[in-house]
Parts: sequence; structure tokens; C-alpha cells
Amino acid sequence: MISINDSSEFESMKMRSVGLNAWFGAKQALKDINVAVKANAVTAIIGPSGCGKSTLIRCFNRMHELVPGAKTSGQVLLDGKDIYSGDIDPVMIRRRVGMVFQKPNPFPTMSIYDNVAAGLKLTGMKKGKNLDEVVRRSLEQATLWEEVKNDLNNPGTSISGGQQQRLCIARAIALQPEVILMDEPCSALDPIATARIEELVVQLKNQYTVVIVTHNMQQAARVSDFTAFMYLGRLIEFGDTSSVFENPRSELTEKYITGKFG
Amino acid sequence: MFTSYAMRKFKNRFFFFLCLLCVVAAVLPLLSILYEVVVRGAPQLSLQFLTQGPGTIGQSAGGIGPAIQGSLILIGLTSLIGVPVGILSGVYLAEYGNNKYADAMRTINDMLTEFPSIVIGITVSAVVVSLIIGRYSAIAGAVALAFMMIPIVARTTEESLKLVPNSVREASLALGVHKWRTTVSVVLPAARAGLVTGTLLSVARIAGETAPLIMTILGNTYFFLGFDQPMDALPLRIYRNSLQPYQDLQAQGWGAALVLVLIVLAINVGVRFASRGRFRR
Amino acid sequence: MNRKLTGDNVFKLLTAIIVASAAVILVVNAAVLITGSTTVLQRFGLNFFVGTRWDANLGREAFGALPYVLGTLVTSGIALLIGVPLSLGIAIFLVEMAPRTLRVPISYLVELLAAVPSVIYGLWGLFVLRFWIRDAIEVPVSTYLGWIPIFSGTPFGLDVFTAGIILALMIIPTVASVSKEVISAVPGSIREGAYSIGATKWEVIRHWVLSYGRSGIFGAVILGLGRAVGETMAVTMVIGNATGPSAVPTSLFKPGQTMASLIANNFLETTTGTLERSAYVGVGLILLLISFLINIAAYFLVTRVLKVKGGAVE
Repeated sequence: MISINDSSEFESMKMRSVGLNAWFGAKQALKDINVAVKANAVTAIIGPSGCGKSTLIRCFNRMHELVPGAKTSGQVLLDGKDIYSGDIDPVMIRRRVGMVFQKPNPFPTMSIYDNVAAGLKLTGMKKGKNLDEVVRRSLEQATLWEEVKNDLNNPGTSISGGQQQRLCIARAIALQPEVILMDEPCSALDPIATARIEELVVQLKNQYTVVIVTHNMQQAARVSDFTAFMYLGRLIEFGDTSSVFENPRSELTEKYITGKFG
Repeated sequence: MFTSYAMRKFKNRFFFFLCLLCVVAAVLPLLSILYEVVVRGAPQLSLQFLTQGPGTIGQSAGGIGPAIQGSLILIGLTSLIGVPVGILSGVYLAEYGNNKYADAMRTINDMLTEFPSIVIGITVSAVVVSLIIGRYSAIAGAVALAFMMIPIVARTTEESLKLVPNSVREASLALGVHKWRTTVSVVLPAARAGLVTGTLLSVARIAGETAPLIMTILGNTYFFLGFDQPMDALPLRIYRNSLQPYQDLQAQGWGAALVLVLIVLAINVGVRFASRGRFRR
Repeated sequence: MNRKLTGDNVFKLLTAIIVASAAVILVVNAAVLITGSTTVLQRFGLNFFVGTRWDANLGREAFGALPYVLGTLVTSGIALLIGVPLSLGIAIFLVEMAPRTLRVPISYLVELLAAVPSVIYGLWGLFVLRFWIRDAIEVPVSTYLGWIPIFSGTPFGLDVFTAGIILALMIIPTVASVSKEVISAVPGSIREGAYSIGATKWEVIRHWVLSYGRSGIFGAVILGLGRAVGETMAVTMVIGNATGPSAVPTSLFKPGQTMASLIANNFLETTTGTLERSAYVGVGLILLLISFLINIAAYFLVTRVLKVKGGAVE
């Protein structure tokens, strides 16, 4: 039920899934998902609780398989290459596809600086000017620099919830990923912090490809270019945001959008 | 100058392999101990070995009968003292234990479980052997082991009683049954499995204790002579025989070790096996 | 309403009195040890704690507990040096690596290590392990590195080193099981965050799990130390029974003595009421105090950490 009109455009997407299924043990969470994510755009995934939207993006950076008993089948292509093929190491995928979680999870045992630098230190970057520069740039991009530039040594958890979430975004950005996955990044935040993050998301798409899962339809309408609607593990509708919201092709989509359920 | 990705991958595999080696390093000695005890001790086992006294050195006949008898008597005596005291202590902590006094007792109890056992031996030796009875005696050993058993049983009792849902107590109280009766007739039986387990495990623990016995029951080559007389026990016999230069006595020691290990393992494995179904989720 | 003698009150009082048995045991122990040591402490004072001679001969009496305190600390130190990394490795294996089906059996095998009586460890150490250690480790090390002080002396296998190794085995169940709880209690959100920036499984453990669980693991280590310090029989049977200045643990391959083993080895030779008997009681007192301090420290570290994180203790 995909409504991207040009199939060749479909082929050249930054990320797409082909016949993706996912299970938690015996329970199937995703059923035959074929969705595409366009480069340098924001794609929103909406749907009622339990529809599988978080599971979907966790398949995009191979975090789903960390759950004991989790399984997947099908393909997820990043720049045309299947990230699930046998010779690919999930660790490498996660550097190219970053993630921001629903509840901000900065590392409590590390300072703000070290939180941002963590991913880079793992790849061998040593302390020094280079590292300082990357940390600063990431925090600037996440619009957090001005607020923490004098407190970089404070623990990552010493700042407010909204700031922590921007710190997590900076942490993800520091690795210069190609895609940033966001799993309901604002649901634990107050409206002001939410607005800041939404602004940030729109800015980020200039440099990155963003996929944002949200249960807030207005948020999806505000920030995204494309929207995918999921229900009970299936992809019901997918297209550019204005079409999906103003002219949904499926009755189910229309019901959800007009608030008849969910 | 970046750490190569291959290096990280290698480290990942390498350190996990090290962890596996750690497991092997811990399990191998256990298997070796069991192996040696069986291989060295099994040839000793015979009805004669289990029921007769050591006899004279050099003679082929000889056994650890007194030691086995002594251990059984000791376990019985100790349990006679330790189990009621331990269980009733646990009852207080679980059912009435929401106050500072109980907290203090609980803390002291926990501290007691970590007491060096040799120190308990000194104390009981000074009080029971020297002061009260006047000689090394079975009862002294039982007191010393009871000192060790009480804290363990108290703790397991408290834990088991706490696992009994409050709804059970409430149901009984709502029927007009007094609290003490509820505890004795409803709660304790409900926690029976945990109480038995805790008691059995503490028995296994004290059955193997040696240090406090050295200066309380002293050890003996004769069968039981009286509660106020020295007595033998398996762990003590094992220890004493290991110090002897005579091959046959050392061999008897291994036989005694096998008997002790069998008893202790039987209790441990038995308890584990019996409570298998209970905690399945 | 007269509630004096109701069944409830009587029962509550009865159990309240019985639970005080713990306090009675504690007080009796403390009282006996303290009164029993006064003789030797009055005679030698501070020298009892720092002296090294141990001589019961009339006219030449000298009692110094230092070698045995050092012996306890050194053997426990070896036990920690070897046992803690092994325990952590086991804990990591069980929590992070082991396939579901292996987890319980291996966990159980490690627990069984704790069920083996101390005297059996001693017996095995005396007749089996000691020869292996002597031939596979001590003789080669002594041959090539014997000029280094801690490796000096002719190795017989009944020494501080062997005692340390057996102690290491004996503390593994404790340290491993508490570490296991601590590692399991590390929140999933931290692990997820670490994975999401491309960390390998080992990196997640090394940089995040272990540092988050730092204080709990430290508590586990202190608990293990407490076990090692109080351990008697296994150590007694393999440590070589040295007394006096030669018992000071200057070399790993020399016979030594811990506070507990000293008492186990020699208490029976003494008579009640003598200075010599008082000396042994004095050593017992020192042992109790050290064990006491260690276990208080462990208690606070472990229960505070694990209760806060919501994991089950032991």
C-alpha cells in the first residue's frame, strides 16, 4: 500500500525495508513492511500504541535483535545494501544510523563532555583539540552549546530533561551518522522543550536523514515531510505528509487522523 | 591513529573468551575435588568402615563409626537447640518486626552469620568447656554449632514468612482468629517449604564445620560416651587424620570425606531439586 | 481492658525474647574474648599488636600477633587478587554471554563451590592442589625468579601462596553471585544508549555496566574479603603452621600463619587461665574486630546499592 508514485525514486531512497517482519518470541510485531526513507528529509511514523512503530525503527539500526528472543526476516537497505546480510556487523550500522530514545538517557557516570565524546572515543579519537572541536560542534548543532559550555564537566544528568534530550541528540550527532532515528523523543518533555526539539529536527534534516516516531499527530504534521501510518504491525499508508493528512487514501488512516480511535 | 575496528572486534571476542576461561577456572577445581574425594574415598567404603571404630594403627580393620555417630548426634543436638530458637526468632522479625528493636536484632543477626567460626569455638570453649562442664564435651560442640545455626535459620525463616501473602493473614484474622494463632496455624504451615529448605541448608552447613569443634568436642576414637564427654565428628576426623603420617589413617580420612561430601551434597541437591517447581515463572 | 496476658501478648513477648538470643550470642562472644585477652594485653600492651615473637616458655614469654595479622591480610589479599577477576568474569559470562539453557546449570555449579565444607577444601589442598601448585608454579618461579624476595625460599607447596589460592576459590561463589545481581541491575536504558553509539558488547560492559555498578561490585569484593578473613580450616591445612618472626609473610613460598589458623593449630596446647591461653584469645579478639569492621563496610555498600536499584539481595 505504498503511495510513492515513482518507483525509481523508491529505489534511490536512503533507507528502505523490503518485506520486513519482526517477532518478539512467538508474537509477530511487524508484518511485511515495505517503507522508504528519503535522504535529507524528515519521515514520521505514526499510529496507535502497539502498532509496531518503535519496533520498526529499532530494526533500522539493529537494536531490535538485542532483545532476547527477538527475530527478524526480510531486508533493510541502507544505500541499497542490506544491513542484515551475514557479513555486516551491527556495530558498524549503529555508527551510521544513530538513535535518540523516548526517555532521555545520558550516561549518568559521565560528564556532559564525555557523553558527547563517548562514541568517538570508542573509535579511537584521543583527547585533544580535535575531540574538543567535535564536541563543541555537536553541542552547537543540538542547540545546547550556549547553555552548557561552561559546565562541560558536570554529570550528564545534572541538566533538565529537555537539555538531556538535546545532549542525547548531540551524542548521536557526534558520530556524524547518516540517519538519525528518534523514538518519541518529546513524549517525556514539557511543551517548551518539545518545541525546541521540533525546531531542531527540522534543522537537522539539512545534514541528516531523520526518522521520527511520534504518537502526536500534530507533531508529525508540523515537522515531517513524509508520514507512514502503521496499525497492528502493518504499514497502512505512506506518502508525503500533506497528502496523508489532508487526503488519506485508506479509511483506517482517516479514522486515526480524525481521532476516531488510538 | 584511530583504533581500528578490527582491533575492537578482536577485543570483544578476546575478553569474552577470558570470561569463559574464568568459568572453567572455577568449575575445574570443583570437579577435581569431587573426583579426588570419590577416587580416594570410595575404596574405603564398607559396612565395617562405616560402623566400626578406628582400632589400632596398622591393622587393616578400622572405621569411622564413632565419627559418623558423633556427627549425627551433633546434628540432632544442634538442631534441637538451633531450629526452635532460629524459627521463633525469624517469626518475631517477620511478624512483629517493624520497629527499632527488631531492626537492631536483624542487624546483629546478619553480623553473626559472618562471625569467624574459630572465634565461636573459643567462646564456647571458655564458657561451656571450662566453666560449666569442666571438660571437652558433646554438648559444648552442639552449643557452638547452634550459635552458628541460629542466625542462618532466623534469616531464612524471616524470608520465608515474608513471602506468605498478607491476604492469608488477613483472611484468618477476619475470621476472628488471634494473631498468634494465625501465625502458628496458618502462616507457618504456609511457609513450610521455605522453612524446611532453610533448616536443611543450615544443617548441611554446620555438618561440615570443623573449627568450632576442635576445642569443644575435641574428638574421640570411641563411640559416644555421654553428652559431657569428648566426641568425634566427621569433619574433625577428616582433619585429624590428614595430620597423621600413616597411610591407612589418611585413607580413612578420605573415606570420611566422601561420606561427608555425600551427606552435604545430598542435602543441597535434594533441596534444590525439591524446590525446582516452586519458583518457575 | 486488661490486655496483660492475652495469647497475642505472650507470644509476641516470647518471640521478642528469643530473638534477643542473637544479641546474647554477640555479647557473650565479645565478653569472653575481651576478658580472656586482658591478661596478655596487660602484660604486653601495644607490643601484642606489633610484636613478632611468639614464645610460651616460662621466663622468656613474648607474644606478638603481628605476623598473623599480616598473614591473614596477605592470604586474603592474594584471594582477592585472584578471586575477584575470576568472579567478575563468571558474573559477566552468566549475565551477558551464556545461552539461556546454560545459565542455570553453570550458576548452580558455581554455587556448589560454596557448599563444599572448608575441611574438604583443606584436604584437597593438602593432598592434591599443593603438589600441582608446587610443581607447576612454585618450582619454576623459584628457579628463575627466586632472587626476588617474595619468591624466595624453597617451595614445598604448604605456604601462603597455596592458602591464598584456595581462599580465592572459596570466595568466588559470594563475589560472583553479588556481582551478578549488580550487573543485572544496571538499567537497560544505559545499555541501549551505549549500543546506539556503536559500542561492542564488551565495550558496553567495560565502560558502562561495570562503572555504573562500581559501588555494588566494590561491596561484593568487601564481602569476599570478609569471608576470606574468617576462613579457618582450609587455610590451616595448607599454610604450613609457622610461628614467631618466621611467620611474617615475607615470601609467597614460605610457610605462614593466619590469625585463624594459629588458633586452630595451637589452642588445644594451652591451658585455661594461663598467659599463653590469653594470647590466643587475644588473637581471636583481633580477628573478630577486623572481621567485624569489614562486614559492616560490606553490609552498607551492598544493601544500599542493591536495595536502591531494586534488585534482590543474595
